[in-house]
Amino acid sequence: MILGKIKKRPKGWNRPELVAASGDGELLEVAMGPHHPSTHGVFRMDVALDGERVIKLRPVFGYLHRNHEKIAEGQSYLASMPFTDRLDYICPITNNWAYALAVEKLTGQAVPERAEYLRVILGELTRYQNHASSIGFLIQEMGASGTPLMYAFREREKILDLFEELTGARMMVNYMRFGGCRVDASPEWLDRTRKVVAGLGGFTDEFERLLATNEILMARTQGVGVLRADLAVNAGVTGPMLRASGVNYDIRKVDGYGIYNRFNFRVPLGDHGDVYDRFMIRLLEMRESIGILQQALKDIPVGPVIGTTARSRGIRPKPGEAYGRIEAPKGELGFYLISDGGANPYRYRIRPPSLINLTVLEDMCLGSDVADVVLIFGSVDIVLGEVDR
Amino acid sequence: MKTVEEIKSAIEAAIPGAVVEIVSNPSPSGQHSLRLAPESAYAVAKFLRDDEDLKLDYLSNATGVDWSDSLEAVYHLYSVEKKHGPVIIRMKTVNRTDQVELPSLTPIWRSAEFQEREIFDLYGIVFTGHPDLRRLLMWKNFKDHPMRKDYREPDDFEYEPTPHDEVLKRAEAQRNREQGPTTA
Repeated sequence: MILGKIKKRPKGWNRPELVAASGDGELLEVAMGPHHPSTHGVFRMDVALDGERVIKLRPVFGYLHRNHEKIAEGQSYLASMPFTDRLDYICPITNNWAYALAVEKLTGQAVPERAEYLRVILGELTRYQNHASSIGFLIQEMGASGTPLMYAFREREKILDLFEELTGARMMVNYMRFGGCRVDASPEWLDRTRKVVAGLGGFTDEFERLLATNEILMARTQGVGVLRADLAVNAGVTGPMLRASGVNYDIRKVDGYGIYNRFNFRVPLGDHGDVYDRFMIRLLEMRESIGILQQALKDIPVGPVIGTTARSRGIRPKPGEAYGRIEAPKGELGFYLISDGGANPYRYRIRPPSLINLTVLEDMCLGSDVADVVLIFGSVDIVLGEVDR
Repeated sequence: MKTVEEIKSAIEAAIPGAVVEIVSNPSPSGQHSLRLAPESAYAVAKFLRDDEDLKLDYLSNATGVDWSDSLEAVYHLYSVEKKHGPVIIRMKTVNRTDQVELPSLTPIWRSAEFQEREIFDLYGIVFTGHPDLRRLLMWKNFKDHPMRKDYREPDDFEYEPTPHDEVLKRAEAQRNREQGPTTA
């Protein structure tokens, strides 16, 4: 079978298109999903196949749509805080953080030192467990049934235990407030966290030794699903996916939100922008997260976790708007809020990294085999709760 | 990073006839924005992306807003190369019913592709020049635009008329109850 030629669509539209090259020109159209086990939930790809090759791929969204934004516009600012947990339910802390940051920008509230440190500690723990389980899922989709995923989940469980002890819930934490955090961490909790963090380094080494030079993994992922840097920037791809394409853009460095400019960490970058690079970037970011955690746990000061003048309940911000964004584990998570002076936000918008990173899914999959589509999709690392909102 | 005033004058110097208006933001965030006239918006957006000083190569967030007299599209732009931002641009439609066209910025920034589809889906702004303008989240045969402020959801999405009078009466009462407080 000859692979179709890539031609450009006219008039400034930069999406390449493959044409079927097989003799009879017959295409097979397959709906992958919404119940395909590799789609991490209810997501559908309408794929047109020429033999095994993908000629066309159309993602179909909306199976988990509950119009989060509309609901949030009908209730007070604080009432949406627990609801943000349900966006990207793997990383509820960072969702809380992005929303709190946007409201703090809108109202001009400051956050106490200790709360900033707690946010960083919890945020980096979240990043660590997200990347670990995301790698686990990717390997699972490659056919390694269970083992790496269960190793990742073993570590994730330790982190979730810490979350549970501090916030009362493993996943639906509802931890942050505007101008601080809900509850303070006890010295015992910090000690236990130090102990868990001390063990993460060894796990990362083990994980890397197990996977990074594995022949099958390298054969399946290297050179698969390549994403060019210029297209990645133009398509708004963010997070590990963007950096795997070699673009140095980490909002922790660029914006320095919270207290991230106090910590010493590096931004890993990829060379090829393929699935292997995305896997490797996540592994390297896990190491950097451990570094940040060690610094934060060493320096955390004593003090209040929420300012005496901070108000979360019944706030009525002055008319205006604010866009707050953070580097969530999956990419740039932003909240755009417009206040008309009332108790409810006039406009509440979530900029979901998972959805926007899927913009280039077709570009990455064109011309590859169906089996690789599963891997490429897995390397994007999405959560449907955030894609469909 | 230039202020909005400087960006405005840079646009007006580069594109003759471009209509740009500064929308100031009184909130502590201090994120002021530029309102573009839809006729010249495409050229202005292209200038913002390609200008050497601005290089706003990354469209982060695109969303709609329903003001009661018109619909608005808001875009948050950043620069990956120069690491600055946000520059916020916005465009307004003439009204909310029959003149809801705005130029699509998807040919300039690919990341607007899904986000403009979402705005079209939930707000009903029609983006001319969008290569693939379909509903994103709601299903194909869905009629309304749920994020509009005056949207009323049906009491049951799978509602079908039934000969059962009582059920119909209850549904009617429910509709009246829901419409009561908001129209007042």
